[in-house]
Amino acid sequence: MEECLQTISDYGLRSIGIGQRLLPKEDFTLCQQITLIGSGMIWNIYFGILALLFGFFFATGLVLAKAAQSRWLRKPSEWFIFLFRGSPLFIQFFFAYFLFLSLKGVSPIFDPFTAAWLGALIVLFCNTAAYTGEIFYGALRSIPKGDVEAADAYGFTGWPRFKRIIWPTMLRLAWPAYTNEAIFLFHATTLVFFTGFPAWQQRGDALYYANYFADKTFNPFVPYPILAGYFIILTLIIISGFGFVNRRLNRHLPQETRSKLKLRANIIR
Amino acid sequence: MFSFCSDPSQLDGFYWLSCYLTTGKHMGFYASFGTVLLLLAITAPTALAFGFFGASAARSNLAPLRWFGKGYISVVRGVPDIAFFLFFIIALDQGIEYLRHKVKCSDWDQPIRQGNDFIVCDAAKMPLGSAPQWIHESYGFTLAVLTFAIVFGAFAANVLFGAMRAVPRAQIETAEAYGMTRKQSFWRILVPQMWVYALPGLSNLWLVLIKATPLLFLLGIEDIVYWARELGGTKTSRFTDYPHGDWRVWYFLFLLVFYLAFTKVSEIFLELLMIRLTHGQATTGGEAQRKAA
Repeated sequence: MEECLQTISDYGLRSIGIGQRLLPKEDFTLCQQITLIGSGMIWNIYFGILALLFGFFFATGLVLAKAAQSRWLRKPSEWFIFLFRGSPLFIQFFFAYFLFLSLKGVSPIFDPFTAAWLGALIVLFCNTAAYTGEIFYGALRSIPKGDVEAADAYGFTGWPRFKRIIWPTMLRLAWPAYTNEAIFLFHATTLVFFTGFPAWQQRGDALYYANYFADKTFNPFVPYPILAGYFIILTLIIISGFGFVNRRLNRHLPQETRSKLKLRANIIR
Repeated sequence: MFSFCSDPSQLDGFYWLSCYLTTGKHMGFYASFGTVLLLLAITAPTALAFGFFGASAARSNLAPLRWFGKGYISVVRGVPDIAFFLFFIIALDQGIEYLRHKVKCSDWDQPIRQGNDFIVCDAAKMPLGSAPQWIHESYGFTLAVLTFAIVFGAFAANVLFGAMRAVPRAQIETAEAYGMTRKQSFWRILVPQMWVYALPGLSNLWLVLIKATPLLFLLGIEDIVYWARELGGTKTSRFTDYPHGDWRVWYFLFLLVFYLAFTKVSEIFLELLMIRLTHGQATTGGEAQRKAA
């Protein structure tokens, strides 16, 4: 127990460079594996939260452009969504990394872009914005006609009409699908350090450490279940957080018509 | 490849490029697209079969079988798929060797896990140490296919499970009224009708599967990602007749375009398939087709 507390203080923040510099080399204890993989989760959460947060606003912009009358707004947004939804995230990471690497030769401004904390975040941000944009677009088109007509009848126009009627309804309809998107975005963050982006000084994410242990011990049956445990907990936290928002978005509706969060599998990118 | 390629240093422009793009290594790169297509061709039906069994198990009357089916579907959801890929590729390998070890070397008295090593007797090695290279490669590929099929089988099971429940209850009731057994109504009524409900989910799954193929790289297969990294890296004139700088960004741009085109073509085909499957179905789509005809 003593020993484990020592391990936690040594490796608990290892993934962001605080604590022991060297990773354990042999005789891995269960405590070391749990601590280091947990430490790696910091990166998964960092990528997930920031990409979701910025992606949400960008997606709102994308969906407005996609639903716009003007070709000049509609086409770029359609292409952006197709580009990021139609190609594998894995290839996007590789491409972005090598692109930033060659831009680095042009100007030192691009230096931080080749590091995972910024470069990978940008890719994840664009990717989730595209997926979310498509979800929002579907929701925008299924807003009940009556709601919009009622808004018109009350004299709502322009920005107030969007802010108070269209946008909340769109979010309400899109929310279950958006919850799935959030879950799979967090899953997708595990790809970062398996593409070009280097784990500087072995500061990696949860899967990076799980893979490290599996490689060293040649025993996948310990580190991967630990990783799975962390992700199941993370998934449950996301579901309860999004469920809270979902209840708030649906609070004006009669009890039985409220849409429950229904989780469906299968979005890998 | 071409006759004028004997001395690449004298060439430039188009001729240089045509020679460069037809070197032996580039042929390996083009062949690896075949690997990806082969993976898709084998995995898609295998995963569908896994999915079908998973979905049938999940709606079974037998409780343990039902738990297995539901557990299979839900475990794969909660965890990143790439973790499954990395896990299964080792776990399957060790599992197979462990079973062979139990059968072939029953007189072995040492533990299999010794510290950080996994040790089985020589006769249980898979493939055998003496096997030729192509066996090693195809064994690795088979493991990769199996891994893909297990993960995507769970997704397909989820889709098919939903589709089986979407078939109108009245159809099954009619079958029962005609005196069909449970098995008969499953095979003759439920299965033929479920596909139209499953198709949107399965199309999505196909697109997802296409986008998962570059993960083959992580399973140690020499796929397109491997070659793109290999060929694109900076080459000096000491090691090759075609020296160039870091071109990896162009190679990956090419892969990006390849996948976009593949997705687009798939979308068109799936749309045609949907139109065909909707024909004569008791859905709004089928009704619209009937009215238009």
